[in-house]
Amino acid sequence: MKFEIEDVTVYFPYDNIYPEQYSYMVELKRALDARGHCLLEMPTGTGKTIALLSLITSYVLSKPQSPLKLVYCTRTVHEMEKTLAELKKLHDYQVKHLGPAARILAVGLSSRKNLCVNPRVLSAENRDSVDAGCRKLTASWVRALAEKNPSVPTCEFFEDYERAGSGAVLPPGVYTLQDLRAFGKQKGWCPYYLARHMVQLANVIVYSYQYLLDPKVAGIISKEMQRECVVVFDEAHNIDNVCIEALSVCVRRQTLEGATRNLHRMEQEIDRFKATDESRLRAEYQRLVEGLALRGDLRVNDTWLANPALPDDILKEAVPGNIRRADFFLRVLRRFVQYLKGRLETENVEKESPVAFVASVTNQAGIDQKTLKFCYDRLHSLMMTLEITDTDEFLHIQTICDFATLVGTYARGFSIIIEPFDERMPDVQDPVLQLSCHDASLAIKPVFDRFQTVVITSGTLSPIDLYPRLLNFNPVVSRSFTMSLTRDCICPMVLTRGSDQLPVSTKFDMRSDLGVVRNYGRLLLEMVCVVPDGIVCFFVSYSYMDEIVNSWNESGILKEIMQHKLVFIETQDVVETTLALDNYRRACDCGRGAVFFSVARGKVAEGIDFDRHYGRLVIMFGVPFQYTLSKILLARLEYLRDTFQIKEGDFLTFDALRQAAQCVGRVIRSKADYGMMIFADKRYSRHDKRSKLPGWILSHLRDAHLNLSTDMAVYIAREFLRKMAQPYDKAGSGGKKTLLSQEDIEKMGDGSLNDMLY
Amino acid sequence: MASAQVIKRAKYKTTVKDPGTAGVLKMAWDRFIFTPNHPNSASNLDVEFRFIKGHKNTKEGSNKPPWLNLTNDQGGSYIFEFESYPDLHTCRDFVGKSIGRSGETPTAASGKTDASLPDEQISTAELELRIKLLRENSELQKLHKQLVIGGILTEAEFWATRKKLLDQESSRKSKQRVGFKSAMISDIKPATDGRTNKVTFSLTPEVILQIFAEKPAVHAAFLKYVPNKMTEKDFWTKYFKAEYLHSTRNAVAAAAEAAEDEELAIFLRNDDILAKEARQKIRRVDPTVNMEADQGDDYMHLPDHGLFRDGGKDIIESQHELYRRTLAHDLNRHAAVVLEGRTVEVELEDTRTVAEALAKLKRVESANEDSDGTANQGILERIARITEIEDLQASHGPPLAPLCIKDPRDYFDSQQVIAVKAPAAEGKKCNLSSREAYGSLRDSISQTKQMGLLNPVVKTKDALQVFNALSHDISRTKYDVGKNPQDSVLDKLPSTTKEQLLHHWTSIQELLRHFWSSYPITSSYLYAKVNRLKDAMSQIYPQLEEIKKSVPAHHKQHVSVLVRQMHQALDAAFQHYDADLQKRSAKSSERPNGYV
Repeated sequence: MKFEIEDVTVYFPYDNIYPEQYSYMVELKRALDARGHCLLEMPTGTGKTIALLSLITSYVLSKPQSPLKLVYCTRTVHEMEKTLAELKKLHDYQVKHLGPAARILAVGLSSRKNLCVNPRVLSAENRDSVDAGCRKLTASWVRALAEKNPSVPTCEFFEDYERAGSGAVLPPGVYTLQDLRAFGKQKGWCPYYLARHMVQLANVIVYSYQYLLDPKVAGIISKEMQRECVVVFDEAHNIDNVCIEALSVCVRRQTLEGATRNLHRMEQEIDRFKATDESRLRAEYQRLVEGLALRGDLRVNDTWLANPALPDDILKEAVPGNIRRADFFLRVLRRFVQYLKGRLETENVEKESPVAFVASVTNQAGIDQKTLKFCYDRLHSLMMTLEITDTDEFLHIQTICDFATLVGTYARGFSIIIEPFDERMPDVQDPVLQLSCHDASLAIKPVFDRFQTVVITSGTLSPIDLYPRLLNFNPVVSRSFTMSLTRDCICPMVLTRGSDQLPVSTKFDMRSDLGVVRNYGRLLLEMVCVVPDGIVCFFVSYSYMDEIVNSWNESGILKEIMQHKLVFIETQDVVETTLALDNYRRACDCGRGAVFFSVARGKVAEGIDFDRHYGRLVIMFGVPFQYTLSKILLARLEYLRDTFQIKEGDFLTFDALRQAAQCVGRVIRSKADYGMMIFADKRYSRHDKRSKLPGWILSHLRDAHLNLSTDMAVYIAREFLRKMAQPYDKAGSGGKKTLLSQEDIEKMGDGSLNDMLY
Repeated sequence: MASAQVIKRAKYKTTVKDPGTAGVLKMAWDRFIFTPNHPNSASNLDVEFRFIKGHKNTKEGSNKPPWLNLTNDQGGSYIFEFESYPDLHTCRDFVGKSIGRSGETPTAASGKTDASLPDEQISTAELELRIKLLRENSELQKLHKQLVIGGILTEAEFWATRKKLLDQESSRKSKQRVGFKSAMISDIKPATDGRTNKVTFSLTPEVILQIFAEKPAVHAAFLKYVPNKMTEKDFWTKYFKAEYLHSTRNAVAAAAEAAEDEELAIFLRNDDILAKEARQKIRRVDPTVNMEADQGDDYMHLPDHGLFRDGGKDIIESQHELYRRTLAHDLNRHAAVVLEGRTVEVELEDTRTVAEALAKLKRVESANEDSDGTANQGILERIARITEIEDLQASHGPPLAPLCIKDPRDYFDSQQVIAVKAPAAEGKKCNLSSREAYGSLRDSISQTKQMGLLNPVVKTKDALQVFNALSHDISRTKYDVGKNPQDSVLDKLPSTTKEQLLHHWTSIQELLRHFWSSYPITSSYLYAKVNRLKDAMSQIYPQLEEIKKSVPAHHKQHVSVLVRQMHQALDAAFQHYDADLQKRSAKSSERPNGYV
């Protein structure tokens, strides 16, 4: 359908539209007009993505004089694929209505591992070996060598791409990763480099968060974007954690051992060069004296991960004199590694600020702050000079230099925590030194500064006023939408008691109580008998899931459950989990039905949808609090309290409930869909916890459903499922329209629509 | 084990005094059929064994001829005189078994008799199936009665053309293939006797199959070691020892044990075959759930980057990783195997055969997997479908079901209607050479060139005339057939006529099928068969004429159209028969020695 929002003609690829989608678009348009940032919360299952895509693309189409680029950030690759699939549908629709003028170029970008088509490189096990394998074939010195000596292997795809030169472009269209690979194969061009090149030209780019947030990656990929960009962070409820992780490093014993090995090998290389080709080392020295920008003169294929510090914080200075010579630099690194080794030998937990840490490094190892800061770039330059291609072997020394650079760059917002062992396993010595970032606004600040409009959107951003504080920005629009439902298609329940009327909870003192474990088991068993198709269960942690599943197995409950549905479990092995998920979907498709055990904060909870028959019921066993004894968490809480005046308890509850809401929110995809959510913990019945849930869940949580026992929950589930199976009027009844047609939109202006909605 | 039927030459006597009618006695498992040699004889018999209450026979060595006396429940009896005593004995044994069996479920079948049977041998199961088919399908039964019992076709010939029916029937009949159970049966708990430290595991073939399917390494080890290196019992003892070690969840102990015993290590170690399979499968998973791709894109979690010990992640013990296998892993594996639902089509008796059958199945599967390239396309389509928000859009039309003609009669009726129309559309037969045609075309082109195109190209009057001529025929047929085009001509005929026609039609079809399949005639058997068929067909011919005459006048036209088609088909057959006969006689006259 096609309709007007003020001066923009919006092309929407469906015949109808939800009212909240419409008002979402209205708000979004205001933010675009104002060229400011915005924060929008809209429940899952109301088609956020398509509303966003169609408004922004239509906005660009209506205003050809000001070309805007859309940078769409997803958290995961599979979300990227979903987004591109929706964009494809939208694009087809727009081209159908507007003709070739509506053609755009949209590309998804991922790592070499996901884009490479060279079978020799792809055979490598993990991402880092694929990267290294690629460099081995495409580094400029390798190619120079290959010109002289044809027996040196190169990558034919990259060579063909280089040969095509500026002619190597993608024709307009929407390209998923799969499409890119297919195109690359067909043309014989390297899809990875082609996509990276097209990022500069594309109208829409879809990639993962870190390509903008993590300075290491953003430095190479997103460096040259213009200001006229709309940056969208979808499913952004965890964005603060992503920002924090982007600037955190940890060093363990293995890291230091590996780094020592790396240093040894580099030394050998330097000696070799000294004997054979000393001019090269001298040239590097000269370059560093002149303070040439390190990456500016590098070819696209020689880049590796960029400096871990944010671009604004890197001083445009020449590398300090004491590390310009290669062997001097190695000596500095060696001292630094030695120093870190000494620090790891501690018996107690130590917590330090970066300033104190740097001071101690200067005193004990004689390395000053400025030297530390340049470590990463200096290492990079050295590895280029030494023509090292197997970069995956050198990850350890890179980590050390990352650490050095970060600790040398930032004086606040970080802390260094050294723990001799894990709190939960005090008898296993595993010392770790962590540089932990506490301030989420650091990593995202350059994004807010650089781009005209940044949209942060998700199904769960409650409380919505907290995010601007955490991320330190001023949104021009900040709205939370409710969901207008045709029928009560979600049914949240709070289960506080088991079938024996005893309370259930994952509170620390209760969680391993056999009665609680049994009650949780009986709950699932009863539900498995009643609910058709898919059921998803979320546990608070892997270890708790492991414990409870084993206990169910021993008591025979698991066996009974398996008589009704197949059981799949998320494990820490990604391949296995992916296969389990794929099988789970097939089990739901074929009608056998299945249960999926997953972990809140796990990979599955983050991005997999359990919509329609893939999830008719979600059970959240317990409240997914973070591990509160974690030193890092405590340090972060302290920082939040001091800087933002956010109370520890509030933050922990907020964090736990956004995870819980995120987990249960995955069941619903559209208003035709339906699903139940059970919060199985007595703590959910307390008002201070419950009220942190997003509004669209709270509005369906009836008072009668706040304090249920298993038998009552089963009864409610039966009734609900029976009700949902009846045919209903999609357009909504009782004067409140939940589905707007073309006419409805035309008939009413903005005012009347708003009246109707709120 | 399969029983068959017994076919013997015998004389049928109504009483002991009766001289008897010579013929063939055919005994199937549930009935016997006596077909006299002389077709006109009235003593045709078709009796089911369940009506037979008892049997008597004359003793060998007595002066009486070999007689078999079967008494039925009404007190009557059938007496057969055989040519020899062995014939009698065979039949007596058969009858004895049949009577014993009739009424109950036919479980046992006469085993030994059929070995010596000279004639066609079919299994009881198949026979049963045929009878069932006949019982279910009255039309077929009629046909069977007419053709087989009428002696035109033999039983075998009749069924030979219906192999497909039999196959289908048998495949439907074969019991539903049982998949794996959802429950994990391979997870056996040991039983203790309470006094000693001994534990007992009980294994069934079903459990073994599941273990093999879920643990390819165990399967491979079994094929490799049993029985060459160890006995089956030792093998399973080792297996359960390994399982026990796993259940203690003591990875260190497991590692220590594995280091000592090489075979035990196989059970303890993680399964390499599974890992390989997983790597292969991961390429074909739905990209919207592919988390492995995420990992490949994640530069944040480089080793040692990000937050390591923030409590969000759990600790993994990296030592002895090789010997760590979790319940979660087992559950996932089990569910995957259940979903694959591969079943082994062997009797679950011997472990070895189970293992081998499974191995074979896997080879087939992997071969299949290599060949399928359309999977990706399917995935893409699925994603496109899933991404759509269903209620924002009018639902798509229901997916089309493929055409399936259940009752061929419907199809042929509609063809009739077309045939009715056909004569009008047939043009006059012209004999034009291509040269002439070309000339005329060229003329008209040059004419057009000179005069320019007429506008309209065709004169309205002519067009109307052609249109009328064509549509007239259509409307007339429609009128004749009735308002509803789906009404067939047949429905308007009197039901008896209709049934007769249909019956003739099917029997003609059947006869023609046999007739044409007999050509070229290569043996005297076929020659005889063709003759028989021809006779039968020529009998039908006048019957059709009669029907045509008997129908009321207003139906005559339709019936004649229908009958004409049948006649045409028959005529073609007769023509071929005559031509073939002539050819053969000519041949035989050419080659008086008779060799071909």
